[in-house]
Amino acid sequence: MNRTRLWAIIILVIAGLFALYLQKTHITNPFKLGLDLNGGIHLVYKADTSKLPAGEVTGSMATLKNVIEARVNAFGVSEPIVQTEESTLDGQKVNKLIVELPGVNDTEKAVELIGQTPVLEFALVRESTSTTATTAPSLIPTGLTGRYITTAQVEYDGQTGRPQVGMVFNDEGGELFAKITRDNVGRRLAIVLDGVVISDPTIQTEILGGKAQITGQYSVQQANELARSLKYGALPVAIELIGTQTIGASLGTDALHASTRAGMYGFIIVGLFLILWYRVRGIIAVIALAIYTIINLVIFKAGGIVMTSAGLAAFIISIGMAVDGNILIFERMKEELKRGKSRAQALRDGFARAWPSIRDSNISSMITAVILYTFAASPMIKGFALVFLIGVAVSMFTAVSISRTFLLAITKENK
Amino acid sequence: MFIIKNRVIFYTLSVILFVVSIFAMAKWGMNYGIDFKGGTSIEVQPNASSTVSTTVNVKEVLQGAFPEGVVRAYGEKNFLVNTHELDAAGQVAARAKIGKVLPTYEVSRLDTIGPVLGDELKKKSVTSIILVLIAIVLFIAFAFRQVSRPVSSWKYGFAAIIALFHDVVIPMGFFAIMAHFFGGYEVDALFVTALLVVLGFSVHDTIVVFDRVRENLNHDKDKSASHFDQVVGRSVSETFVRSVNTSLTTVLALIAVYIWGPETTRNFSLVLIVGIIAGTYSSIFVGSALLVTMAGKKK
Repeated sequence: MNRTRLWAIIILVIAGLFALYLQKTHITNPFKLGLDLNGGIHLVYKADTSKLPAGEVTGSMATLKNVIEARVNAFGVSEPIVQTEESTLDGQKVNKLIVELPGVNDTEKAVELIGQTPVLEFALVRESTSTTATTAPSLIPTGLTGRYITTAQVEYDGQTGRPQVGMVFNDEGGELFAKITRDNVGRRLAIVLDGVVISDPTIQTEILGGKAQITGQYSVQQANELARSLKYGALPVAIELIGTQTIGASLGTDALHASTRAGMYGFIIVGLFLILWYRVRGIIAVIALAIYTIINLVIFKAGGIVMTSAGLAAFIISIGMAVDGNILIFERMKEELKRGKSRAQALRDGFARAWPSIRDSNISSMITAVILYTFAASPMIKGFALVFLIGVAVSMFTAVSISRTFLLAITKENK
Repeated sequence: MFIIKNRVIFYTLSVILFVVSIFAMAKWGMNYGIDFKGGTSIEVQPNASSTVSTTVNVKEVLQGAFPEGVVRAYGEKNFLVNTHELDAAGQVAARAKIGKVLPTYEVSRLDTIGPVLGDELKKKSVTSIILVLIAIVLFIAFAFRQVSRPVSSWKYGFAAIIALFHDVVIPMGFFAIMAHFFGGYEVDALFVTALLVVLGFSVHDTIVVFDRVRENLNHDKDKSASHFDQVVGRSVSETFVRSVNTSLTTVLALIAVYIWGPETTRNFSLVLIVGIIAGTYSSIFVGSALLVTMAGKKK
């Protein structure tokens, strides 16, 4: 008996400390808010990996992510998110690149900065019967692309003094370049930038050392820009914008306030219902629910979980669901009391007997949450599923262990 | 007992609602949002500084600016335009157009979904609904594996699935009807999420009833099918209050989201409210009654 009282006090103290932590970190370490609550841009790109050998897709996507990250960081956004995602559609793999820019509102500028980076390819020119310059030559991809470039810089032609762009390949790229030039002496190798043939010099000899130049009619500034984008931004695969979402900051703030308000009222309504229906036990359930709320908030904060309006809705729903365990237990206790058991015995039996249905019903919700999370098509749904899953898991603990401890602590052990 | 004895009446009500829902879905269809169809959705809100002008009919102005689009009020002050997919340049043009025709409003949200994302969402939605259904049947059959007499545990799973199907079709039908008569009520990614949550939640009450059936069967020595309907009837009335109360607390929380929550989750909470009410009804009146029917013997 004294032991349960001690436990009850320990639980209250820990909950108090958690609440204190939430309050102290309110400013220094606020909750992570998703774009829909904070405002910002969410961009989804489809990467064209169809030309890549299957084994190289993962590597190329990783490179793509790094390149875009470098560009986004240059944008000066705080905490941007760049991630790649692979999904299967109609039996084909779709590789996506997702960029989130919190606080940014100018979609066009963002798209320009991210998307319009050159795709560089080296391709062999298939010599056709027609040699007129106006006909577009058909190109044979060599597999050598911008992703093998380690550095690029402006150089000046030794004879004409014209600016040109010199590139250095990595080891793999250098070998590939050597092989291509060795095997195709006499043929023309086109340097294709964003699908346009910049130049197509004839291969004179095998080129060792992994270096190449792009010579064109460039001004110094143009050459500089090209070199910079090749160095930092030559994309290993072409990307196509397939979805955008722009949310104004004020809309996000309104949504956040509305969610907070809904959460508070939701808690009060559920709490009132419990107290009116179950009286003293209802008060215990409300205390357990308050502790449930605190534990969840601590997990959200400490786990760095990004909150969205759907996630907050999940949290509010979980407040309504978390007391389900209590209701099942209390109803069961009523039955046990009717059978003439003592309060303490009815309480213990009520918890023990209600447990299988609490466990089974929560498992079914957790199954739903896991499937939802796995197949979530948007960060909003992922956020919902994650918060829902955490909520259900925590509620199994609070509705059972915490309520039980408190009820035992206030129940006299007499017959 | 009352419920099991009069199960035909309760079935009938469910069947009517079910048929009406299917009819509405077949006749009017669901109003699929841009999440599924692809397209651009633009939300406008009054400028923080400006007072809302009542002389301008914002809806008409927007409709005039986007003749191909569908315009509707969204929340208290905002409006939503759904139109075909706009690329980055098109989005800039749309913003400029709105700035010109509605100087007191600003674009607060602009979503564009390409066909690839729409297709992907469709596939993922169907996959997740099927997976959730399968997982729940398997789980219920597993959880009730010890009670195979007089009704095999698979039948518990089957009864639960029929009840679940009912719980999902009714909110869909409700949305089809609302969309037809009032516009809006779009089916989007959140709608599908809500249906999945309804699936997971409805089974709660069903499990509570079945669990009681399981317990009562284990206590009873008489395992004949004629006795089964009495056991189920007793189990349903014993668990009636808790089935209602567990759903009620969740519905109360959802009503708070519906009334005070942001506009984005308003329809979402509505699907859940309708689905959970349908779910509670079906677990009390349909799921358990089905068990008795499947047991084969009439009273």
